[in-house]
Amino acid sequence: MLGNLKGLLVTLQTMFRKPVTVQYPKEHLPVASRYMGFPVLMWDKQLEEPFCTGCMVCVRNCPTQCMSAVMKDNPHHAEGKSPRRKIVESFSINLGRCILCGMCVDVCNFDAIEMSHQHELSKYGRNDNRVNLEKLLEAGKKYQEESGSVEAAP
Amino acid sequence: MVESRSEAPLDMVQMMVNMGPQHPSTHGVFRMVLGIDGERVVSVDPHIGYLHRGSEKLCEGELYTQIVTLFDRMDYLSNFNNELAFCMAVEKLMALQVPERAEYIRVIMCELNRIASHLMFFGTMGLDTGAITPVLYAFRDRERVQSLFEAVSGARMMHNYIRVGGVKEDLPEDFRQRMAKLMPQLKQGIEEGDRLLSFSEIFLARNKGIGVIDGKTAISYGMSGPALRASGVPMDVRKDEPYSVYNRFDFGIPIGEKGDCWDRYYVRIEEMRQSLRIVEQAMAQMPDGPISTPVRGVLRPPRGEAYARAENPRGEIGVYLVSDGSDKPYRVKVRPPSFCNLVALKYLLRDCYVADCVVILGSLDVVLGEVDR
Repeated sequence: MLGNLKGLLVTLQTMFRKPVTVQYPKEHLPVASRYMGFPVLMWDKQLEEPFCTGCMVCVRNCPTQCMSAVMKDNPHHAEGKSPRRKIVESFSINLGRCILCGMCVDVCNFDAIEMSHQHELSKYGRNDNRVNLEKLLEAGKKYQEESGSVEAAP
Repeated sequence: MVESRSEAPLDMVQMMVNMGPQHPSTHGVFRMVLGIDGERVVSVDPHIGYLHRGSEKLCEGELYTQIVTLFDRMDYLSNFNNELAFCMAVEKLMALQVPERAEYIRVIMCELNRIASHLMFFGTMGLDTGAITPVLYAFRDRERVQSLFEAVSGARMMHNYIRVGGVKEDLPEDFRQRMAKLMPQLKQGIEEGDRLLSFSEIFLARNKGIGVIDGKTAISYGMSGPALRASGVPMDVRKDEPYSVYNRFDFGIPIGEKGDCWDRYYVRIEEMRQSLRIVEQAMAQMPDGPISTPVRGVLRPPRGEAYARAENPRGEIGVYLVSDGSDKPYRVKVRPPSFCNLVALKYLLRDCYVADCVVILGSLDVVLGEVDR
């Protein structure tokens, strides 16, 4: 009898509890602030150019060789607008290969690459997981807005 | 003619049954070809290698900092413990001193990972014996541990957090509050699980006296970890050859009596309680200070070799590292606890019933990612 009542009490307690289930594609669980999602490139708002100089240190340190970068002379530097002599010309990451280890963020000397909170891998197109500089910067701007991330020193 | 045939004695025919590699209770991709005579297993032919990724060979082509990511993926249920074993080997080779705080962070993370791994075992052991509920409770608690990992390292499973010379970054600011909330929840969860499954009559009937192995045989097969301790051998690297700061904590090593499936199961339950004790003590003792010893430039350990051993949730993991002085190792050999425990399978499965195969394999708690590497 007592056992039955105890069991009933547990049932009653769980009856008035909020459901634990999260309706995934519609709702998302919040991720931790340190969460390592796909890498993105950060945008220097003051100088209106990316932080990345295309120095390739992340490319060399990537365990899966999922990224590539090309460097060019910074046209803004020639005009005297920016202290950066070199800047990234093109950058591409194969997100299907990326293992989200955060090694690129560790080795970057300019804090130009960050791990975003974006973690969904499924895309509509066959090659949509290959992202170029444009997409990376776009995602970076979005991440900067969302997280209010600190501006890196140029 | 027909009558005379029915009077003749029946022939004993051995039948081969293929179990796996896609069998849900092989915990990965493991294949056993069982030779059965009626309900009894008379021969077993294990096949491994379905998850072979060549991790050891891959290590030879990667920088020392990159190899940590490969060790994450070796035993994917106890990532921190694996990272620690590799980092310890490199630190031994370079004679690097790890800061106190980093050691404590490592111990806390490893012990929590041990609890998470054993919770997983607890759940799947229930599933193997036909109890569906425990796995739900186990996963509820494991999820809590993993969300803590996410807050600390940024990833739920593949952390890449323990680095050569320390850890990646300091604990988050709200770590103590989170732990204060997590510890009672884990304690309660473990007790709840224990009450739910351990002494259930069906569970006892499925586990008691099944797959018995005595201590001497277990050692001769090279078993280690909970599977060996269940046979009554108190062998634990954390006590025998304390690494990190394990010599500063007061904890016990649970051992079993008979070495049957139930002992192997209960040793792990008890081990979770001991791990909680270690975490509590480590949280109380943890000093402030730096979290890593900076290494200038690319890691280039001096010429030589080192062997580091650590206690995984599955047993003793050993990393043998040979360096030729360059930025990549010459050879990395791993002594995987799962593989060495799996060797005893042939002995354990002799003359058991087909239905018990699942339980015996489950009680060894192998992770195929580590067996095949």
